[in-house]
Amino acid sequence: MVCTRGRISPGKNSDEQSKFRPLYMDVQATTPLDPRVLDSMLPYLICYYGNPHSRTHAYGWESETAMEQARRQVASLIGADPREIIFTSGATESNNLAIKGVARFYKSRKKHIITTQTEHKCVLDSCRSLEAEGFRVTYLPVKRNGLIDLKELENAFQPDTSLVSIMTVNNEIGVKQPVCDIGQICRSHKVFFHTDAAQAIGKVPVDVNDMKIDLMSISGHKIYGPKGVGAIYVRRRPRVRLEPLQSGGGQERGMRSGTVPTPLAVGLGAACEVAQQEMEYDHKRISLLANQLVTKIMKEIPDVVMNGDPEHRYPGCINLSFAYVEGESLLMALKDVALSSGSACTSASLEPSYVLRAIGTDEDLAHSSIRFGIGRFTTEEEVDYTVQKCIQHVKRLREMSPLWEMVQDGIDLKSIKWTQH
Amino acid sequence: MAASSRAEVLQIYRVLLRESQRFAAYGYRTYAIRRIRDAFRENKHIQDSVEIQKLVNKAKENLDIIHRQVTIGQMYSTQKLVIENPENT
Repeated sequence: MVCTRGRISPGKNSDEQSKFRPLYMDVQATTPLDPRVLDSMLPYLICYYGNPHSRTHAYGWESETAMEQARRQVASLIGADPREIIFTSGATESNNLAIKGVARFYKSRKKHIITTQTEHKCVLDSCRSLEAEGFRVTYLPVKRNGLIDLKELENAFQPDTSLVSIMTVNNEIGVKQPVCDIGQICRSHKVFFHTDAAQAIGKVPVDVNDMKIDLMSISGHKIYGPKGVGAIYVRRRPRVRLEPLQSGGGQERGMRSGTVPTPLAVGLGAACEVAQQEMEYDHKRISLLANQLVTKIMKEIPDVVMNGDPEHRYPGCINLSFAYVEGESLLMALKDVALSSGSACTSASLEPSYVLRAIGTDEDLAHSSIRFGIGRFTTEEEVDYTVQKCIQHVKRLREMSPLWEMVQDGIDLKSIKWTQH
Repeated sequence: MAASSRAEVLQIYRVLLRESQRFAAYGYRTYAIRRIRDAFRENKHIQDSVEIQKLVNKAKENLDIIHRQVTIGQMYSTQKLVIENPENT
């Protein structure tokens, strides 16, 4: 039996190839469910459907037990206490809660926040909305390699700084910030440190005590868990207080009212437990495949730049700029491979990625960038196919490019004076 | 309960691989087969019978999970990936 519901029929120009689905190389956008995660969720979608906050019957008790077990699994992955984990609808909500919640709680005495220019849109937008409320925000620049300058961070502190928010692993270029050092600096200034760890947990070791993290955002669908669920870690010692975003029955220690969706929470917990078990194995494999991808591409075609520090990075997120090739054209040419040219939330706009702009990428190179994602289920064959198609189409597109022709003739493009007709 | 013999370990290994072949989704199928092979290879030197029994029990749990997920996956299967197109190999 083959599922036809939801299948998009191929267009009029369908050939043999379009009867097949593209390879999925966009794991930073989202990940498939691990079969072990789905298996853990199904009982709570079929028979154990009680509300975990119902105190008076077995349906409620068994649902609550499952939810608390999931909480322990999430806590275990990051070295936290289960009481410090609050379930949310995803990392976006967690980021909003952390930034707006902390800022507003301490607003009588603290009015300043520090973040970076390469944060996820939801962090930047939360900061922007706080500025409208009268807070001051410092958006730290990043170096050419995507990492922040620790000295600049030190200098950015003010007497009324309440929060520093810096993501652990960047979703567009994969760079890993020096979270341990940042945590140390924040501790010494007695300022809370929040990190968006959506792309980091389950992939690289993260410990909230070793890294002196006070708040952390977690996303389910980046670690082979379900979409629509996430969590926020809120430190208890020393106590971090925050003003909740949504009011209601006081669930989740009053920080996040609303019925906790047990099946989703169970899925998140299972995903965290699986990730903890598989982290080393996955990391080794993904590093190998990532190395193959970059080496093979760079060997075959010149003028390819990898964006972001080559060492301080998560290997499964590779952002390459192909000079003299238009990114959108390359994406469309690679129609058998699901890729993106930056983050999913900004892919609708025509502007080049603000992350690439922040690391100082030239405008034209920023338009030529593609993000390759390698995950738990990516195979060597898929990487080889992607590499082969990429090389083939980059060569083809460059053949058609007058700019490439000029470069081959030794002309320095920056010296050209373009005129209007 | 008698400790797991070499034969029992080999038996469960074969059954796990055979069941994993039935995954409809390319990514799940290749992952399961790869992971099972690597896990058994990684643990092949273990001598302690208590440890071995623990691992065999874990393998049996995973077999149940694979069996359920294989069945569900086949009920909701969709087209194959381009990489499974024999023209592309």
